Amino acid sequence: MAKKSKIGSFAVKDCALAAISTGKRAQNLKELREQLLTIHPGAVYYHFWGGLLRPRFDDPEYNNDFASWAHHGLHDITLAERLGIIDPADFEDLEALRQEIIDVLEERMDETEYLPWAKRDRQFHFIRAQTVVFDTNRRIQKPEELPEIMPQLSVGSIYYHFIDARRRPPFGMDDFRAWLEKFDNGYKHLCADIAGIDPYFTGLMELRQQLSLLFNHHFGRAQA
Amino acid sequence: MKGFLKAYTDVAGKDVINHLVQLAASLKGKKVVHVNSTRAGGGVAEILTILVPLMKELGMDARWEVIAGSADFYQCTKHFHNALQGDPVNIPETLLKVYEDINARNAEELREVLEDADIVFIHDPQPAPLLNLCPGRKGKWIWRCHIDVSHPYRQAWKYLRHFVADYDASVFSLSAFAQPLPHLIYLIPPSIDPLSEKNMELDQDEINSVYDRFSLDRERPMMLQVSRFDRFKDPLGVIQAYQLAKNFIPTLQLVLAGGGAGDDPEGEDVLNEVRLAAKDDSDIHILPLPPDAHRTINALQRTASFVLQKSIKEGFGLTVSEAMWKSKPVIGGDTGGIRLQLVNHHTGFLVNSPEGAALRIRYLHTNREKREEMGHKAREFVRENFLITRQLREYLTLMVGLTHGSEERIELG
Repeated sequence: MAKKSKIGSFAVKDCALAAISTGKRAQNLKELREQLLTIHPGAVYYHFWGGLLRPRFDDPEYNNDFASWAHHGLHDITLAERLGIIDPADFEDLEALRQEIIDVLEERMDETEYLPWAKRDRQFHFIRAQTVVFDTNRRIQKPEELPEIMPQLSVGSIYYHFIDARRRPPFGMDDFRAWLEKFDNGYKHLCADIAGIDPYFTGLMELRQQLSLLFNHHFGRAQA
Repeated sequence: MKGFLKAYTDVAGKDVINHLVQLAASLKGKKVVHVNSTRAGGGVAEILTILVPLMKELGMDARWEVIAGSADFYQCTKHFHNALQGDPVNIPETLLKVYEDINARNAEELREVLEDADIVFIHDPQPAPLLNLCPGRKGKWIWRCHIDVSHPYRQAWKYLRHFVADYDASVFSLSAFAQPLPHLIYLIPPSIDPLSEKNMELDQDEINSVYDRFSLDRERPMMLQVSRFDRFKDPLGVIQAYQLAKNFIPTLQLVLAGGGAGDDPEGEDVLNEVRLAAKDDSDIHILPLPPDAHRTINALQRTASFVLQKSIKEGFGLTVSEAMWKSKPVIGGDTGGIRLQLVNHHTGFLVNSPEGAALRIRYLHTNREKREEMGHKAREFVRENFLITRQLREYLTLMVGLTHGSEERIELG
């Protein structure tokens, strides 16, 4: 089995997001594109991932705010579908993601004869997040503890370790895999299973449940 | 864990409460003061009633101060309320003078407490001038605007802006409600308190008591709107929707229940208009309730077949979340914060006219199973997103964030 060499314990952190208005908004496709060229990268992040930590329905129609606005603000269903399929996890950083959105918008602008406009009270408002990260003082000493601890984590912790982690080195990877891979056997199967969880199409509570099931299964524990 | 925090654990979950405790750790001992203009009536007072004790339990030295006004002062601030929501109201100079004088008088009373505070939340326009009247302030001052100022009457906003521009930050319920200001603008939707008298579980006898008390027929469907008698809540539109729906549901009853607020002098006029529109229809029940009739409102919401919040302009409209918490799908005006609370076709319906409201009433009346399914989804949606614990978390995040400037990421500890 795994050898615990000099690998440190897993420090469980938690986080909370405060939404901040950027004051920027768009009423049509052209304005959306122009704002996107220069908007704070935190706004691109917020409109893709921030939805997980703010009021939203458990089964949203679209998983990013740009797609949702294209549908409900501009009534351009084709554009909404194209934006809706963008998976932020496919991009190495926020700049690449930003460029992809702009490409989709420009393609749509090339196709359309006239620019669709949103009503005055349906404008797109760019929002960014301020993230406060704090230590829960909880430490996971060995991977076998994961099944017990996972159900007790707050959704803020799930967000921090599973979503937000992808923005921190090693980029694109959640904290659980980053920790497990340091062990000699690397928990290859477990890490592959964790990588198979798609965080983009689920809520944080469901993510917590999926991770719990996975750890329970892997470490042979009966489910609570 | 003790008191309120323990009680909320059962409703919101242990992980949610632990999260709050840890987030608040760095704020322990901070002097936090909330200031508004009424201790009873309206959503702001209701939220502060519980928010302040919760902050205390989390270790902050929190207090709630209420400024004292006069009839002219409230007349002026009511004009503000309407003008900031777009009504072209020219507020007479004499009333503006009263507004400034009353604030100056309150500053004399509150200056010591406010200048000594680490964090001050000033709620809405009524006490906004207090900032400039406290030159020795040492803490962070936040203007919390609960109303929709997305399209204000410019003259009124221009006047108010010079009082709020110097704050360290402001908070709006939605991005769409905000105006550009030269400081950080946080976005925090309000919430409901699941343990308050307005939202707590009631026994069936108490729920049933409203039938006899208000001469309602328990065997017949009842539609309900709970709100102040305020033109933006469109009570006349609700009566029209009722009349349209009644053509198809002859047994329908309508209840318009409204609490007044100490700072709303216009309510009586609107109430008279509503009485006039109701004519002599004995199935329309107009219930002007006192501001503390929380249990009565709770029982009415639980007995209602359909709940409406047909506002044409709405800051947030907490009655939407209150009814949803009681597993009622809500028919709400397609405006402001109602759009955030209500997921169209899932937890209720967004409507743009009395005709739209009448159509949805008929739909829900005909499809009882759908009504129950939507009601269940509505309650769970509120549990996840609109309980006081979520709002408290965002206030704590703001307070921590503000002490660190505009940094995108703050690592504590």
